[in-house]
Amino acid sequence: MNLQILWFCLIAFFWSGYFVLEGFDFGVGMLLPFLPRGEEERSEMFRSIGPVWDGNEVWLVVAGAATFAAFPSWYGTMFSGFYLALLFVLVLLILRVVSFEWRDKGDKARWRRVWMWANAVGSAGIPLVWGVALADLIYGLPIDSGGDYTGNFWDLFSAYSVLGGVAFVLLFAFHGAGYLALRTSGDLYERARRAARALAVPAIAVGAAFMIWTVVVAVDRNHKDVFPPVLPAVIAIVALLLAGYFAYRGRNDLGFAMTAIATLAAVATLFTGLYPRVMVSSTSFGNSLTVSGAASVHYTLAVMSVVALVLVPVILLYQSWNYYVFRARITGSELSAPVPAQSATHPGPG
Amino acid sequence: MSALASTAVDLARIQFATTSIYHFLFVPLTLGLGPLVAIMQTIWHRTGNDAWLRLTRFFGTLFLINFAIGVATGLVQEFEFGMNWSVYSKFVGNVFGAPLAVEGLAAFMLESTFLGLWIFGWNRLSPRLHLATLWIAVAGTWLSGYFILVANSWMQHPVGYKIVNGEAQLTSVWALVSNGFALRAYLHTILAGLIFGSLVMLGVCCWHFLRGHEVDLFRKAAKLALIVALPVTLLQLVVGNRFGEAVTSAQSMKIAASEAQWNSCQPCGFSLFQIGGFTEQDQKPSFSITIPKLLSYMADGSFSGEVQGLNQLQAQEQSKYGPGNYMPNVRVIYWSMRVMAFAGVLMFLIAVLGAWLYWKQTLERTRWFQWTAIGAIALPYIAATAGWVLTEMGRQPWIVQDLLLTSKANSPSVSSTWVGISLGVFITLYAVLGIVDFVLMRRYARPDRPEAPGELPAAVATY
Repeated sequence: MNLQILWFCLIAFFWSGYFVLEGFDFGVGMLLPFLPRGEEERSEMFRSIGPVWDGNEVWLVVAGAATFAAFPSWYGTMFSGFYLALLFVLVLLILRVVSFEWRDKGDKARWRRVWMWANAVGSAGIPLVWGVALADLIYGLPIDSGGDYTGNFWDLFSAYSVLGGVAFVLLFAFHGAGYLALRTSGDLYERARRAARALAVPAIAVGAAFMIWTVVVAVDRNHKDVFPPVLPAVIAIVALLLAGYFAYRGRNDLGFAMTAIATLAAVATLFTGLYPRVMVSSTSFGNSLTVSGAASVHYTLAVMSVVALVLVPVILLYQSWNYYVFRARITGSELSAPVPAQSATHPGPG
Repeated sequence: MSALASTAVDLARIQFATTSIYHFLFVPLTLGLGPLVAIMQTIWHRTGNDAWLRLTRFFGTLFLINFAIGVATGLVQEFEFGMNWSVYSKFVGNVFGAPLAVEGLAAFMLESTFLGLWIFGWNRLSPRLHLATLWIAVAGTWLSGYFILVANSWMQHPVGYKIVNGEAQLTSVWALVSNGFALRAYLHTILAGLIFGSLVMLGVCCWHFLRGHEVDLFRKAAKLALIVALPVTLLQLVVGNRFGEAVTSAQSMKIAASEAQWNSCQPCGFSLFQIGGFTEQDQKPSFSITIPKLLSYMADGSFSGEVQGLNQLQAQEQSKYGPGNYMPNVRVIYWSMRVMAFAGVLMFLIAVLGAWLYWKQTLERTRWFQWTAIGAIALPYIAATAGWVLTEMGRQPWIVQDLLLTSKANSPSVSSTWVGISLGVFITLYAVLGIVDFVLMRRYARPDRPEAPGELPAAVATY
C-alpha cells in the first residue's frame, strides 16, 4: 500500500473515531432538552459524558490537521470552500466546549438553562454541517481548474447533502440514547431506553436512504462501480437494523455496538465512494482533486506515518482506559458523594 | 493588486491577529498554572496537609475555567489556516502541517483525556494515579506548545525544506524540530507561561491578604508563587535577550524595525524612548533617550556588533525580491518591543519586592504591595500580546520569511464579505466569552464569595 492511500485511510479513520465517539456525546447533548426531568437528571446526563467529550473532540482536530499535513490542497480547498459553514461549526463548537465547563459555575436556573441549550444546539448543529460537508465532497462542488472553490454558500446544499446532514443528526441521537441507556440508572435510564426505541425508526429510515443514495452518487457523479462502496453501505444498513432490533429487545450493549458499527460503516461508505478523488468538481469532472494530486511528498508522509502508527495505538489504549475508569452507571446519589478530606472548592471557614 | 483583493487580505489579517492574540490570552495561563496546581497537589500527596488540597481545588478551578476557553479558541486557529489562507496552506502544508498533526496526536489527545480523568477521577482513582493524571495533562499542554512553536518558527526561519513546483517540501524533519529559532521561542514561551501562572497566583493571594481572608492558607500559595516567579522572571530577561539574537540573524528587518534603526550602525545604542523617527519621511526622532552600545550587545552579544539599518536592508531586499516595500510597520514594532521588555523588567522587580517582603514576613501586611501585585496580573497579558505583535507583524510583508508574501497567501475563493461576516461574528462572540470568563474567574478567585449552603465542591466536576 502506498503512503498516500494509507493517509487517505487514516483520515477516514480519524473521522470515524470522531463520529463514533463524539457522536454519542452529540446524541446526549441533543437529548438534554427532552430527556431529563429536573436539574439533577440533567446533571447526570452531563456527567455521563463529562470525562470523555474533550478527548472525543480531539479526533476532529486530528482529522483536520492530518488533512492539512497529508493533503494540503484538499485542506486548503475544502476549508476555504466551506468557509461560512465552518464558521457556523466553530461558533457552535466554542459554545459547546465552554458549556461543559461553565454550566455548573453559576447558581441561577437561567444560567444553567442557557448553557444547556448551547450544548444541545451545538450537539445537533455540528453533525448537521459535517454530514452536509462530507456528502458534498462526493456529490461535487463547483471547483475550477486551479483547484479553488468557485461557488457560494448555497451551493453547499443539495437534497442529497442535506439528507446526509439529517442522517448524521438522527444517527447520533440514536447512538447517544443507546449510550445513555448504558450509563444511567433509574427513571432516566428508562426514558433513555424509550428514546432509543423512538429514534430507531427515523434513524434507520433516513440512514438507509442516505447510504443507498451515497452509492448512487458515487456511481453517477464520481464514476465508481457499485462495488466496493456498496459493501460498507450494506454493513451500515444491517447494523442500523440490528441496532433497532436490540433497542426493542432491551439489549443496550449490543444496540450501542451496532450504532457504533453503523457510524464506522457510514464513514467508510463515503470514503470508499470518494476514492481515488478527495473532492469531486461539479464544474468539470477533470477538475476534481485526487488523492495523488493533493498529497504531500513521500518524505512528509513517511515521517507522519511513523508518528501515527506509534501514537494511535497508544491513544486508543489510554482513551479505552478512560472509558474503563468511568464505566459505572451514573446515579443520582453520586452527585453528593463524599470527596477526599474536606470539601474545599473554596477555602471558606471550616 | 486590486483594492478589493487587498481589503480581503487586510480583513483576513485582522481576523487572524484578533483570534490568535485572544487565544494566547488563555494559553500561557494554562501552561503556567497547570504545573503550579500539580505541584500543590503533589505537596498535598506527600505531606497529607489538607491546606494544600484546598489550594489545589481553589487554583484548579481557576485553571479549568481558563482551560476551557483556551481549547475552544484553539479550534478556530487550526481551521483558519485553511479557511482564510488556502494559498498559504497549499504552499506550506508539506512542512507546516506535520507539526500540527503531531500536536493533535501527541499533545491534545493526552491533555484532553487525562484532564478528564483528573477532573472526574477524585473518587475513582488511587491518589497516586490521580496525581499522575494531572502531571500527564500538564505534560500534554507543554508538548503542544512545542509543536505549535516548531510550526510558527518555520514561518519565521524556514529550515529543512526545498521549493519544488512552487510549494515547500520537507527534506529534514530533524532540521524542522531542532530549529534553533523554535527551541528559543519555546523556552521563551514556557517561561512566559510560568510568569503568567505565578503572577496570577501571587495577585490572587494578595487579594485575599488585603481582605484578611484565610491568610495562613494563602501565605503558602504566595510562597510557592514567589519561588517560581523570582527565578523565572529573571531568566526570561536573559532568554528574551538571547531570543533577540536568533531573530537578528534570521530576521534582520524585524530587529532593525524594533529599534527604528534606519541606518546601519556599529556600535549601536539602544533607544529607550523616542518621539518621531518612525517613517521613511521622518527617520530622525525629534527626541530620544539612548543607552550607548546596548543594542549591539542585545543583537549579537558583543558591545561592538553591527546592526543593519532599515534603508540598507530595504535596498538589499529589493535587489533580491524585486520592487516593493519590505519593511514592517516601524512604529508598531518599536513600541511592541518596548512594551514587552519594560513589562518584563517590571515583573522581575515585582517578584524581587514580593520575595523580599515575604522574607521579612510583612507581605500579608503591606497593602501598597498587595494592590501592586493585584494590578500586576495585567502585566504578563500585556507583555505576551506585545510579544506576539512584534513576532508576527515584524515578519511582514512576509507570511513565510523570504518565501511567500502575505498579500499573495489568502484564499481566492473567500470574498471580503465572507471575511467581514466572520470577523464580526468572532469579535462579538469573543467579547461575550471574555466578559463571562472574567466574571467567572473573579467570582471563583474572590475572597468574599458568599458560600452557598450545601454547595458542591466545584473542582470535583459537578456537571
